[in-house]
Amino acid sequence: MDTLHVDFARSLRSFRLEVALDVDGVVALAGPSGAGKTTVLRTIAGLERPDSGRVALGRKAWFDTEARVDLQPEERSVGLVFQDYALFPHLSVADNVAFGGGRRSAELLERFGIEPLAKLKPGELSGGERQRVALARALARKPGVLLLDEPLAALDSHTRARVRGELRGILGGLGLPTLVVTHSFEDAAALTDRIGVIVDGRLVQSGSAADLVAGPTTPFVADFTGANMLPGRARATGDGLTEVVLADGSLIVSTDQLTGDVGAVIHPWEIGIARAMPLDSMQNHVRGSIESLVPVANRMRIRVGPLTAEITAESAVRLELAPGEIVVASFKASGTRLVPLA
Amino acid sequence: MLLAFAAGLILAFLLVPVLALFLRIPPGDLLSELTSKVAVDALIVSLKTSVIAHAVVLVLGTPAAYLIATRHFRGRALVLTLIELPLVLPPAVAGIALFAAFGRTGLLGGTLEAFGISIPLTQTAVVFAVIFVSSPFYVRLAVSAFESVDPALIEAARTLGAGPRRTFFRVALPLATGGLSAASALAFARGLGEFGATIMFAGSLQGVTQTLPLAIYAQLDLDFDVALALGAFLVVVSVAVLLTVKLLPSWTRFTLISLAPSARFDSR
Repeated sequence: MDTLHVDFARSLRSFRLEVALDVDGVVALAGPSGAGKTTVLRTIAGLERPDSGRVALGRKAWFDTEARVDLQPEERSVGLVFQDYALFPHLSVADNVAFGGGRRSAELLERFGIEPLAKLKPGELSGGERQRVALARALARKPGVLLLDEPLAALDSHTRARVRGELRGILGGLGLPTLVVTHSFEDAAALTDRIGVIVDGRLVQSGSAADLVAGPTTPFVADFTGANMLPGRARATGDGLTEVVLADGSLIVSTDQLTGDVGAVIHPWEIGIARAMPLDSMQNHVRGSIESLVPVANRMRIRVGPLTAEITAESAVRLELAPGEIVVASFKASGTRLVPLA
Repeated sequence: MLLAFAAGLILAFLLVPVLALFLRIPPGDLLSELTSKVAVDALIVSLKTSVIAHAVVLVLGTPAAYLIATRHFRGRALVLTLIELPLVLPPAVAGIALFAAFGRTGLLGGTLEAFGISIPLTQTAVVFAVIFVSSPFYVRLAVSAFESVDPALIEAARTLGAGPRRTFFRVALPLATGGLSAASALAFARGLGEFGATIMFAGSLQGVTQTLPLAIYAQLDLDFDVALALGAFLVVVSVAVLLTVKLLPSWTRFTLISLAPSARFDSR
């Protein structure tokens, strides 16, 4: 796999976009809307021109201000999946996929399970189907790089959860430098382990989802990442709940129905802290020592084992919490959401 | 009640003259008048000049409209305004303007003379006049037709390896077909009915430059029935054009589906 090198600068209306990253494997660029994420994708694809810099796949330069290289979009080996998929409405599914390269299209239709839809027009497809067609179309050209712009944003929340799992598997299996742009940290975390957070045109922090949640270096990243994510293996229990065995062997319970490799997502404000094992409705308890206490506005952010909890500053004072003390972090099964990590 | 009366009155005012064309003499006579020498000559001149002019308008106007619709160049608004100018220009002004440009003593007349070409009072002059009045119609509407194609689709074609030419023929042109056909029909009708610029610049020579509208004018004093027959014929053609335009959306409906939420690009 060649590496996609991206290093460019461009002045936009309200800020300067400066991005430098190497992409080999699946990388997500996450950030609020208006952060310049889409411009990064469009610049790589050649749909927009930066002020200066270099974009290259392996040793092949696509754009280079010093060498005066600026290839047209059609000359760049790139597959771009647009946010609204931009399928050609006048062409059938089969013709859409064949647009970029005829010979692989039959194979791709089969691989993405869209063969039965081959004769339909995009207007007759559901959101999830459209996404698969768009992905197949982008891949039919055998691109050296795959770019996805908010691949899950156009889907309803129900379809989204299912497609998220599918997409992680598909992207991981491609063996292509892949850059996914999303405004949702959860989506980014579900799609890949390598996330860059971009704010106002700058890459402020990068790392795995767990790294970003555990050690945000800026208030924005702390706020953006929000939730805890604990990887584990889920199986159904007899009483309709789901049991997740975490990496350290401990057990937690969720009301979500999902099996296999999952991430258990718990928001910090769903977690309560107690000095001793509480007798209440909470089903999940993690005992550990306090690693850190960080005040965030009127709240206290507390790190216990693998979890980050947020309680009011007042409660933290009342409980006389201090680093190193053993506490129990508790959260409800119904506040524990599961995302597939297949 | 008053509203219905006003509506009825204006409708009657618009329809009665058109109906009168058909009711004045029996339909059989109308048809036989159409086979008179002067009518047949006018039909041939009109058909020939309109088809040639329309071909020129389509071949040059379509790429021009695509360029204006998809590129954001300096002076684009000025170009659009200049294209719209002939739309509002009185036909007599168009006629005198064509004379000033291509007449024997005109701006380009001398150059053309040197090559042994004289345009005024020829069939070429009719074609020039028709192009001058119908092309702005076509180009202006064609620009709108191309502008309504989602730009993300054009960009998608480019990222899928299609160069500008393939993108135009496989994506932009098919998706703009509905709008372009309507533009084409309206421009053709406008050219067919052209009168003022033609009579000034090309004259009204039977069998050479006398088009249908000019023949109607010429026959008004000579043979009123022929004038009626030609008028009725043009009404039928106009109705056909209108129906074409109105029915177009039903068989190019897919162009509308494509325009579901177009790509939103942050930070642009």
